[in-house]
Amino acid sequence: MRLLHRQKGAIPYMLLAPGMAWLLVFFVVPMWYLAKMSLSSGLFPLFNFGWAWGNFHDAISLYKPQFVRSGQYAAIATAIALVVSYPLAYWIAFRGGRWKNLFLLLVIAPFFVTYLIRTLAWQTILSDNGVIVKTLQHVGILGSDGRLLATSAAVIAGITYNFLPFMVLPLYVSLEQVDQRLIEAAEDLYASKPRAFMRVTLPLSLPGVFAGVLLTFIPAAGDFINAQLLGTPRQYMIGNVIQSEFLAVRDYPTAAALSFVLMAAILVLVLVFARILGTERLTVSHV
Amino acid sequence: MTVHDVRLENVTKQFAEVTAVDDMSLDVESGKFYAFLGPSGCGKTTTLRMIGGFEEPTEGTIYLGDRTVTGLPPYKRDVNTVFQSYALFPHLTVFENVAFGLRRRGVKKQLLRGQVDEMLRIVGLEGYGGRRPKQLSGGQQQRVALARALVNRPRVLLLDEPLGALDLKLRKEMQLELKRIQHEMGFTFIHVTHDQEEAMTMADRIVVMNRGRIEQLGDPAELYERPRTAFVASFLGVSNLLPGVVAGPELVRLESGQELRVAAGVLNGHTGAVSVGIRPEKVRIGGDGANRLAGQIVERAYVGVSTQYVVKTDVGQVSVYVQGAGAHVPGEQLQLSFDPESAFVVSRSEEDRP
Ligand SMILES: Nc1ncnc2c1ncn2[C@@H]1O[C@H](COP(=O)(O)OP(=O)(O)O)[C@@H](O)[C@H]1O
Ligand SMILES: [Mg+2]
Repeated sequence: MRLLHRQKGAIPYMLLAPGMAWLLVFFVVPMWYLAKMSLSSGLFPLFNFGWAWGNFHDAISLYKPQFVRSGQYAAIATAIALVVSYPLAYWIAFRGGRWKNLFLLLVIAPFFVTYLIRTLAWQTILSDNGVIVKTLQHVGILGSDGRLLATSAAVIAGITYNFLPFMVLPLYVSLEQVDQRLIEAAEDLYASKPRAFMRVTLPLSLPGVFAGVLLTFIPAAGDFINAQLLGTPRQYMIGNVIQSEFLAVRDYPTAAALSFVLMAAILVLVLVFARILGTERLTVSHV
Repeated sequence: MTVHDVRLENVTKQFAEVTAVDDMSLDVESGKFYAFLGPSGCGKTTTLRMIGGFEEPTEGTIYLGDRTVTGLPPYKRDVNTVFQSYALFPHLTVFENVAFGLRRRGVKKQLLRGQVDEMLRIVGLEGYGGRRPKQLSGGQQQRVALARALVNRPRVLLLDEPLGALDLKLRKEMQLELKRIQHEMGFTFIHVTHDQEEAMTMADRIVVMNRGRIEQLGDPAELYERPRTAFVASFLGVSNLLPGVVAGPELVRLESGQELRVAAGVLNGHTGAVSVGIRPEKVRIGGDGANRLAGQIVERAYVGVSTQYVVKTDVGQVSVYVQGAGAHVPGEQLQLSFDPESAFVVSRSEEDRP
């Protein structure tokens, strides 16, 4: 009897084990390795650990513009994605009717094509000889030597496009869960439709806003594909720097230090953001 | 002069093929406790939602006071609803839930606090203002829903089966409590329920509904003593219905040829096929009433306050309830009787209605 009891108590841990092992092998170990590397010095392929805090100082002071740019681009792209996605998710959740799943499928349809290929496609679409640039030049919105490619706008647009589904889906999920009867109750209590939205629907969808913003901002801040394919070194973000430090320059310690700074910066931003939205509101369920 | 708070004029609501409410006309008297009573699907909720503004009638007009409200959105109607599911705002505290309507109407901060606290006191939730709905029991949530609606002092309060989710004991408590609150505040309440006992306990006026129509409207005693249709007679309590035909101004001839006497006026408006109705507790064992039936006991059930017999007569089976423990046993032959004043009459064409 006792033995059985003990075995029962162990089952949850046994179920947890694969997940924990996964985390250990694929998260904790690389982090440990990365942390050690960020405090090492030397030249490829021989790096020696030695509390080289100077790596962090160098990383920040040398690449400050790219850090700032990453933050700016990611923030702008996240904001645009939020503004575009909220009405879209709202419409699908409340007006989608029996076509809901089809609309959701359309939202994630781009994911059926590899990220890289999608961005390359945009390179072609926005290219100097492409239809869009030619048309815009023709109607005079762009000057005769005006371009779309290789601009900040192109990079931000690329990021927005690529990460849009990460914004739409959590928003959809949280809006879908909003009980329509609560909106009726608000209207019963003298709230017009816009007010009912502001007082009930919007606050109840904040968990989705929170999730969507994080899911968009975090990968956007670390992205390098869009800047590389749609921009020039003048649009390079911190992801481009890390990538080249790792793969081209092979200065692993600097690359590792940059990665840590980026992680820390994102973590701080996330905490501030969670504070602003209010953790209590985020944990309230919809039931 | 009576004041009407709500008036429905030939209101019909059609959903695709379903006619949820069928040509309904009703005057709701001010300050009274109304119950809409009827089986599930008879159109009670739909009627309430049309009064609240959540559904528009397909045909007909709705008045609040002397103002037509057909076409007005809910937030422009001076009515509030206690929803079946409570529909409390999960992201707001109890205080803010109750304050919601007042804030939307721009009630001043100083007044608002007092009004909300007063309302929480009335529903017995003093000191719960800071909690979230999730931290309350079902009964307490119900009280918040009530306070949230009442604090706006609406012309009419609509309640859609608000006690349905509560357990029996709590439901009984809340029935009396709702009645007390209605009395205290003096607003018109329209309470939807499918529970006849609940309607009888609470309401001043009961509107019995069936298939989207009003079967009968009256105070509880009136409906119980003088149901006008077989539906009402069997929906409110138990009735014996004895089929016959009208044979005189106060006389009905049963199929067996036997004649039953009914009180003057009861047959007004009735001709042809009718049923004489008699409540089981109005039937006596023994032969001193004006109307007599002979029969044999086929069943006996002792339920504490009464003994319930089923007696087979040549006009069909008759239920008889006598107080306390009855001495008669199955198989026994006996005389039943009842007074003409206790009997009611319903038309049989209505009874046969599909
Ligand atoms: N939105 C709707 N769409 C279609 N049919 C409905 C709708 N609402 C109610 N009905 C139908 O109308 C009838 C009356 O419903 P309801 O008013 O909810 O009854 P009750 O509240 O008395 O149980 C039912 O047959 C129901 O199926
Ligand atoms: Mg209903």
